[in-house]
Amino acid sequence: MGTRSPYSRRSPVADRSYLTRTAIQPAELLAAVSDPALGGSVLFLGSVRRSEEDGPVAAIEYAAYEAMVAAELERIIGEARERWPAARLAAIHRVGTIPAGEASIGIAAALPHRAEAFAACRYVIEEIKRRLPVWKREVFDDGRRDWKAQG
Amino acid sequence: MHFRAAPPPPASSRTTIQVTVRLFAQYAELLEREQVVLSLAPPATVAQAVARLRQELPHGERLPERPLVAVNLRHVGADQPLGDGDEVALLPPLAGG
Repeated sequence: MGTRSPYSRRSPVADRSYLTRTAIQPAELLAAVSDPALGGSVLFLGSVRRSEEDGPVAAIEYAAYEAMVAAELERIIGEARERWPAARLAAIHRVGTIPAGEASIGIAAALPHRAEAFAACRYVIEEIKRRLPVWKREVFDDGRRDWKAQG
Repeated sequence: MHFRAAPPPPASSRTTIQVTVRLFAQYAELLEREQVVLSLAPPATVAQAVARLRQELPHGERLPERPLVAVNLRHVGADQPLGDGDEVALLPPLAGG
């Protein structure tokens, strides 16, 4: 990791890099929100799963309206900071082809106590699901590709 | 003797506005394009822009009547007014996270 990480030693919040084309690094998300005053840290990872009803999914291709992803994530994180002023928050969405089992979204929230850390993390992921302009297409073992609704 | 060009009209009195429409994911595939420049007579709304696209673009009828729309990187409703130079994005059902 280290210097080759997509965050290049800065937090995803500080450098506004909300999108990555390489593997999400959970330790770096947590490091981005770490603060000795904040006793509760929550990390959420959403990962590509094999879907049994659709057949064998080898990977998912994520496409994004990239400028709007950054703008919308900034708004979502801003709203969470208004609700939980002590929060430190970081979020990153991976785009491109993601193999089954690897994370497509990573969110870290740190607050003084666990209840509000869970609540802030939950707020950010739910708003991301509702508002982020990202689309996904399943790539099956046999090469078929299908755009997929929210799931 | 020479002709003098008339000064350009102020933006507020232009007879048309131009918006750039961006299409993503399924919509880009259904319409076989990712971007369209649309001229509209003001005052124009998102609903009017969508209606024009559905009528005038090849395969336009494949778009839903009320798609999710963003203007200048923000989600908006169908009655959102449009201005010259706006970026209008038609967003298929979202699937992020």
